[in-house]
Amino acid sequence: MHYPIGLLFDLLASSSALPWNITVHFKSFPEKDLLHCPSKDAIEAHFMSCVKEADALKHKSQVINEMQKKDHKQLWMGLQNDRFDQFWAINRKLMEYPAEENGFRYIPFRIYQTTTERPFIQKLFRPVAADGQLHTLGDLLKEVCPSALAPEDGEKKNQVMIHGIEPMLETPLQWLSEHLSYPDNFLHISIIPQPTD
Amino acid sequence: MAEEPESALQLSPSTAADGEGPTEVSPETATPEPPSSAAVSPGTEEPAGDTKKKIDILLKAVGDTPIMKTKKWAVERTRTIQGLIDFIKKFLKLVASEQLFIYVNQSFAPSPDQEVGTLYECFGSDGKLVLHYCKSQAWG
Repeated sequence: MHYPIGLLFDLLASSSALPWNITVHFKSFPEKDLLHCPSKDAIEAHFMSCVKEADALKHKSQVINEMQKKDHKQLWMGLQNDRFDQFWAINRKLMEYPAEENGFRYIPFRIYQTTTERPFIQKLFRPVAADGQLHTLGDLLKEVCPSALAPEDGEKKNQVMIHGIEPMLETPLQWLSEHLSYPDNFLHISIIPQPTD
Repeated sequence: MAEEPESALQLSPSTAADGEGPTEVSPETATPEPPSSAAVSPGTEEPAGDTKKKIDILLKAVGDTPIMKTKKWAVERTRTIQGLIDFIKKFLKLVASEQLFIYVNQSFAPSPDQEVGTLYECFGSDGKLVLHYCKSQAWG
């Protein structure tokens, strides 16, 4: 499983001090768990596939399909070279939605837990409820991963992490999707056990 | 069904050869002709309760990639895309070194560790998930 490094940190190491010390292994490649990376092109293709999947959810692929090849390239080059403005000049378009609607069609999200075998939870979830209310992070978890939430007047057992922080559960999901998505346009949400100390 | 000598992926053909027909499929009753490939196990005799765990997928070839006689398959939700790729390659008797790409919505290639059940929930329609497969990269 090839996860973004920020997600790996949230999921596996969020209690450790920064900078994160990592160990790089040059032997005993875990063939069963990780796929070999055949080339740099494969990483670019994987990244673009994620962006396309996200846009399929957000805009029925309309935005990504209307872009030109050079726009796709700019997204990738901007990310690869850490050029924020170059990346966002294109990514901005992927974050737009029709004015008459209050958000994307569906929110691209993935929820990861250390406690389950399943790779992640991904479902269709709209940013706006039928009554026009904006769905919140809490609404999403209640719907697709209720075990992550503390029972009312119960003890908090889990942390809900995105980019190393615990966003308030009242935060509208649409806002999170626009501002805390990873470059692949997905919200990668980690559910980790609450530290005991 | 674990008795099968080589139950490649425990995929079951969920309809007879002409999978494109509009008729609704009931995988638990149909025992269609097993595909000729020896690597494939029909495995249709699981108890009815288990069928809910399976989803229907429709496999369509792109370009000059060989078609599969049986297009519609009942697949366990936890099956990964890589598992499916391995199955199709075996079914089509491709050599291991040949590449095979799978696409959803004729637009993106899901990552190999993704489960088909998740894709079905997000991108399935009319009770099935349509996947295109290709020996070369078809949609960037």
